[in-house]
Amino acid sequence: MPNTLDTAWAIAWLRLSATVVAENRMALIELDRAIGDGDHGENLDRGFTAILEKLDAEPPATPGAAFKLAAMTLMSKVGGAAGPLYGTAYLRAATAVGEAAELDAATLVAALAAARDGVVARGKAETGDKTMIDAWTPAVDAATAAAESGAEPAAVLAAAATAAEAGAAATEPLIARKGRASYLGERAIGHRDPGAQSSALILRAAAQAAGA
Amino acid sequence: MSVGLVIVSHSAQLAAGVVELAAQMAPNVVLLPAGGMDDGGIGTSLEKVMEALGAADTGDGAVVLTDLGSAVMTAESALEFLGSPENVRLADAPLVEGAIAAAVAAQSGASLDVVCKAAETALQPAAAPPVVEPVETQATAVTAVLTLINPMGLHARPAAVLAGELGAMDVDIEINGVDAQSVMMLMTLGAGQGTELNVTATGPDARRAVALVRSEVEAGFGEI
Repeated sequence: MPNTLDTAWAIAWLRLSATVVAENRMALIELDRAIGDGDHGENLDRGFTAILEKLDAEPPATPGAAFKLAAMTLMSKVGGAAGPLYGTAYLRAATAVGEAAELDAATLVAALAAARDGVVARGKAETGDKTMIDAWTPAVDAATAAAESGAEPAAVLAAAATAAEAGAAATEPLIARKGRASYLGERAIGHRDPGAQSSALILRAAAQAAGA
Repeated sequence: MSVGLVIVSHSAQLAAGVVELAAQMAPNVVLLPAGGMDDGGIGTSLEKVMEALGAADTGDGAVVLTDLGSAVMTAESALEFLGSPENVRLADAPLVEGAIAAAVAAQSGASLDVVCKAAETALQPAAAPPVVEPVETQATAVTAVLTLINPMGLHARPAAVLAGELGAMDVDIEINGVDAQSVMMLMTLGAGQGTELNVTATGPDARRAVALVRSEVEAGFGEI
């Protein structure tokens, strides 16, 4: 396994995310229909499909440029709250990696943390509110621990993805305190948060794109 | 020129409608809708917002007004993309009332801060029921009784001028029992020519605030 990830990985991640989101479109729609307005799968699918077109039209030269392309596209094409939330995540990640052509484990952790902080700042949600944050925060914590113990980038991302999946599953018993689901009170209990679920899917795609 | 406004809504029709309504009262202000998705669907689009922001600021800055949740996030994201420009403000205001208050203030040539404040104070709650005030507060209140001399009275434009200028001061000021820092509350007075205005102000800028109201009213808001 290489100890850095490059632009090809960043592009592969975005492409794989598009595939995974398309495959899970109906599943995300059903999760969102239970406790939201039912458009999460469709909106994200539209956003990532647009990313594929942009990647073909103007291939980015650095990982940061790829993240910025994703940010701009998601914010313009998704429409719902997921657009600015994921868009901000990618935008902050782009800022964190700067012009670097190769990302080592520490830089990846910094990018994940910046992405998570961006989602927190934009959505004003906290851990336990039954949102994307409940996948992102354990992912960042796990990635940090993995990098500190000397893991390579692919293993760091795999640790992040596994923690995000557990975090998404752990949203099921929660009462939502942000977003549309917060109007449902106790009726949200027993349903997984669609944003946490899509976050876990996208982070797993990052690990898979790195060969983990 | 004047401060420009960008109206961000999930619906293209709603954004266009707010612009139409506000334009009636502010014919010289650049008012741009950024509503709906690129394909016309419901949602907000970063590209549309950024495009409108670029065109709305003609030198004096721009104020952005939004409808619901993700419109606010999209507007914030647009500002982040643009590097948080100093000449753009995101108003925390009700869309329709805020847009009209801001448009009227912009039409009167108010500064960026005053236009933003006009939007944000557009919907202040009606004056609280009277309470017995401590004697020292009453003693420090600055008061004036003024009569409206201009034929149109305290209509939208002068209301926006007063609320805008007063909004930028550190003062609690009421005119005939309503908050004079709110353009909407001033307009609810329906005060026409000859109406007597009871002005009461407290706070560090009380004297300056009452003097401003006096000079505007006595000058007929520049309309005579």
